Amino acid sequence: MSAPAAVQPAARPSVPRYWMDREGILGPVMLLPVVVYIVALVGFPLVLALIYSFSDVTVGDQTINWVGFETFSQAMANPTFRLALRNTLLFTLISQIVVLVLGNILALVLSADFPGKRLVRFLILLPWTTPIALGVIGWLWLLDGLYSPIDALLRMIGLLGPDTLFGPGRNMLWLAQPDTAQISVVLVHVWRTLPLATVILLAGLTAIPQDLRDAANVDGAGFFRQLVYIRIPLLLPIMAVAVLYGIVFTFTDMTVVYLLTRGGPPVDSTQVLASWAYFKGIEGGNLAEGAATAVFLFPALAGVAALMLRMARRAETN
Amino acid sequence: MAAVETRNLTKQFDQVKAVDGIDLVCEDGEFLVLLGPSGCGKTTLLRMIGGLEAPTGGEIVIGGQDVTKLPPRARKIAMVFQSYALYPHMTVYNNIAFPLKAQKMAKPEQQERVTWAASILGIDHLMDRKPRQLSGGQRQRVALARALVREPNVFLLDEPLSNLDAQRRASARDELQQFQRRVATTTIYVTHDQVEAMGMGDRIAVMDQGRIRQLGTPADIYNQPADVFVATFVGSPPMNLVPTPDGSLLLGFRPEHFFRHEGPAADGLKTFPFHVHREEYLGAERLYYGEIGETRVVARFPVTATTTAPPGDTYPFAVHDRDVRMFDAKTGERTDLVAVT
Ligand SMILES: Nc1ncnc2c1ncn2[C@@H]1O[C@H](COP(=O)(O)OP(=O)(O)OP(=O)(O)O)[C@@H](O)[C@H]1O
Ligand SMILES: [Mg+2]
Repeated sequence: MSAPAAVQPAARPSVPRYWMDREGILGPVMLLPVVVYIVALVGFPLVLALIYSFSDVTVGDQTINWVGFETFSQAMANPTFRLALRNTLLFTLISQIVVLVLGNILALVLSADFPGKRLVRFLILLPWTTPIALGVIGWLWLLDGLYSPIDALLRMIGLLGPDTLFGPGRNMLWLAQPDTAQISVVLVHVWRTLPLATVILLAGLTAIPQDLRDAANVDGAGFFRQLVYIRIPLLLPIMAVAVLYGIVFTFTDMTVVYLLTRGGPPVDSTQVLASWAYFKGIEGGNLAEGAATAVFLFPALAGVAALMLRMARRAETN
Repeated sequence: MAAVETRNLTKQFDQVKAVDGIDLVCEDGEFLVLLGPSGCGKTTLLRMIGGLEAPTGGEIVIGGQDVTKLPPRARKIAMVFQSYALYPHMTVYNNIAFPLKAQKMAKPEQQERVTWAASILGIDHLMDRKPRQLSGGQRQRVALARALVREPNVFLLDEPLSNLDAQRRASARDELQQFQRRVATTTIYVTHDQVEAMGMGDRIAVMDQGRIRQLGTPADIYNQPADVFVATFVGSPPMNLVPTPDGSLLLGFRPEHFFRHEGPAADGLKTFPFHVHREEYLGAERLYYGEIGETRVVARFPVTATTTAPPGDTYPFAVHDRDVRMFDAKTGERTDLVAVT
């Protein structure tokens, strides 16, 4: 009895002073801002979009009536939706294949020792640090119908103009024709996702132990044999991560299409799901159909993410 | 098979001279050990011989051919790394076959050679496993099989046993040496473990600070150390070094040659008063730590010795003249090298 009584007065003042040391209190306190942020800015809109997509809400009539999958079938019946779905898949696939090839080459080059390596690495990462809207506005100028510097370059090396590969006109009119407009969108996506992929692959390359490369050298493997049998297999898990990022960014992006082509030309040839959802739901006022379009690929995308992460983990334990 | 020779081989990293003008000849079929403390340049020397590091100066000759400028794969060498460096994503079979594939050898012949190498090392049953499914000893044997499979001119081994536990290491030492005798391939073996060096090497090159201090048989190195560094680096506990009264020489003698001696001084015997501080009982032997004057000295008694020297007292000790080596106190060099045959 007497011993605890003697301890108590000393212990009491320490309670407020040491609450910061108690994980049970400090943990939740420090997590709170993140939880609030996710719930308010990610969770709430997502739940709202899901609710909208199963209703018939419009800007004009905001009462939410449960209609099941009717909005989805309505959205899918629209030919533009199907075009947007095809474009989304195609743009993502093509841009990520290009990114994988270029990213691997760039990473290989950058992993070598040469003067000015740091500067080049920094420059390559720059597109990643530019806000995407600003980057796309820059591209608007690069792809301009009259003043495009890319056209000027093509003319200079003799690929554009009368009697050349790309035809008689003085300009490619990148954004004025459906096929070149689609190429332009893919191009900007490549420009946008390549830096991160390169940096991720570079990190993966650097993580391959020097001993393995030495062993391969001693074993008599030349550059391409080492590339195909050692580097690429060892790099696969990290490639999965790089591609996962690229897929998610490209899939969900509406800024590039919205600013570059507004879905055209003439209408809808470069439309993707994200931009179509915006045009339909916000500019067209059909909130329910816009929401249904936006969440349409949510399960597929979540599946892709889960698959990629699983692949990465499995390769890691190998 | 081929002899390996380095001529005035030098490697300068930014600040450090890792290898400082090494002339070394490793005879055809010889098992040569590079022994030295951490950071003395063993790995750098080995990597230069293997072609993984470009020398700052000097030449490397393998089998009579100057290979200094040749890439690793043109040198017909095989290397076993401390980490084994097995390809983690390949099966044991593919690991061993990789050098053959690089040579574009035909599949059936590949298979034959891999089977042969695997049977020599007793890993036939592990062929379908991945490296992570192997024990340290098994990994080491796979690495050896991969080195063996192309029948190289030279084996270069960089501390291949350092990842094994003590017990496994003793048997691996034995296996490795038998294996080398059987294939009779010139072998350069790096270690900082003197037991490995003494037990395995035909000859040992003792290195320090990028230079070779002594090159000789294990018995030479142990009994006739060329200088104070070799005398104290090889042997555990190291050779005792007691200064002469005038301070010009150091008298070196091994702890096992230092014995308790009652009675008068005799011819061919040097006597010292030895003050014992501490006794260490090690089963097969006893060590007595103490001082002669100001100098720390150790005596080693075999378990069969009947005499003792309980700590806390001073005893008369002696050493035979024939067991004493003399070193210059300033330079550390041997001064009685006439004794060496
Ligand atoms: N790539 C490098 N760049 C700069 N200095 C290096 C490099 N490699 C080795 N050194 C230096 O060269 C010296 C010799 O290194 P080395 O690896 O050959 O030693 P070692 O005898 O193999 O040592 P250990 O027994 O610890 O493996 C060391 O001082 C080391 O710091
Ligand atoms: Mg080393």
